Amino acid sequence: MSKLIVSPSPHIHSKDSTRSLMRDVVIALIPAVICSVVFYGWQELLVLGVSVASCVLLEWAITKYMLKQPSTIGDLSAVITGILLALNVPYTTPWWVIVIGAVVAIGVAKMTFGGLGQNIWNPALVGRVFLLVSFPTYMTTWSAPKGLFGADAVTGATPLGAIQEGLMSGASVEELTSAYNYRDLLFANLGGSAGEVCALALLAGFVYLCCRKVIKPWITLSIFATVALTSLIFWGIDPSRFTDPVFNLLTGGLVLGACFMATDYVTSPMSLWGGVVFGVGIGFLTMMIRYFGSYPEGVSFAILLMNSVVPLLNMWFKQKKFGRK
Amino acid sequence: MSNKLKMIADGLVRNNPTFVLLLGMCPTLATTTSAINGLSMGLATLFVLVLSNMAISAIAPVVPDKVHIPVYIVVIATFVTLLQLLMQAYTPAMYETLGLFIPLIVVNCIVLGRAEAFANKHGVLESACDGLGVGIGFTCSLTVLGLVREILGSGSVFGYNFIGGHDGMLAFVMAPGAFLCLGYLMVLFNKYLKKD
Repeated sequence: MSKLIVSPSPHIHSKDSTRSLMRDVVIALIPAVICSVVFYGWQELLVLGVSVASCVLLEWAITKYMLKQPSTIGDLSAVITGILLALNVPYTTPWWVIVIGAVVAIGVAKMTFGGLGQNIWNPALVGRVFLLVSFPTYMTTWSAPKGLFGADAVTGATPLGAIQEGLMSGASVEELTSAYNYRDLLFANLGGSAGEVCALALLAGFVYLCCRKVIKPWITLSIFATVALTSLIFWGIDPSRFTDPVFNLLTGGLVLGACFMATDYVTSPMSLWGGVVFGVGIGFLTMMIRYFGSYPEGVSFAILLMNSVVPLLNMWFKQKKFGRK
Repeated sequence: MSNKLKMIADGLVRNNPTFVLLLGMCPTLATTTSAINGLSMGLATLFVLVLSNMAISAIAPVVPDKVHIPVYIVVIATFVTLLQLLMQAYTPAMYETLGLFIPLIVVNCIVLGRAEAFANKHGVLESACDGLGVGIGFTCSLTVLGLVREILGSGSVFGYNFIGGHDGMLAFVMAPGAFLCLGYLMVLFNKYLKKD
């Protein structure tokens, strides 16, 4: 006879586990990964490999030798951190810079706080911002896509970087944006970090995650809506100084950030309205940094800033308890 | 005698102002961009701390309780002004680097804290030993913190570059690096050195 187990409710279990949810996120990232490898070639594969391997190895080493606890790499969250970090840096980044990024992402931002579920900030983003602040030369030298077996890379600025430089030298936005057409932005033919390159592949992953009910769409949608609205207002006021909404939606790391980084379970609010406020904050801060900040791109800073207020949002917008009116 | 030595050792480890008491965080975070800056800031504070501790312990019996804090501040400010003029005369380069943080020693909570917690209840010699211990503790912590930030941030040790033409990790020279290094050093200090 099997043993009778006495346990408190709830007795209904779902098949979802951390591992299965994370596996879905990895699957959703596959189109973007394939795209970036096709556009950037084998070097991008190297960046991805180094990033994922160092993230997973570090988490394993920290749990085994420092915390002396059972390893947590089985939940696949370190793999996602590795992929996201790789998608956030240019493919020309030297391997040791990526390893440092992984140390900061996993060692500082995740394991120091107690591992998955306890980290305040998105580990991959902390790694990226640390690299951006520490190694500006490597992190802002972008190369245009060169194809799978292309030999020479042409370095240049990202669309957002080019526009900020152009505005400083006195050109108007119309002249500067005329160099880019929206089809290129959507299907990727521009310089940028690997994950910024193909908006469509990222959106495909996002749709997959929403269909599988792995993530709730409202955070992402409110980011997009806020970015569109804010830039519409500013663009409406002065189109020669401010870029238009479509350009802002498709450039930079916005799609990657909104779909995969802001929706991280651990670092986003739990309730619907908390999530909406979180998304509006990210969208607004992103646009403020893009228009008025000294960095051309602000998605990562905006997400990290809003991550810091998630505990407050969780307190203000409490989720209705199951069964309550 | 061993009692006095123990007082000095206490300031270094058990009562370490930076890693245990968490006092004087503002100069700790702001001036430790390199080992030499941290060392100078520590020595400057040490100078003021020893002298003000001695002076305050000597005058404490005659200071009316109601005005003791203003009196202490005036005493400390006197020594800080002295230090400031000395540094301006003999180490002008360091005076320029540390800038505002030298006059700010007046309101450094370590100096006032030791005056309040120790010097006004003890003799001159004991207060001098306490000031020396805490001052050395502060100097050592700032030097170590500065050294770690310099190695990681600029790739050099006391100004001697060891990574050739490369840049270090700039974040460690800036404010976030200060907080990160302080946090991790505090963890190591409390795990390995401070055993109660």
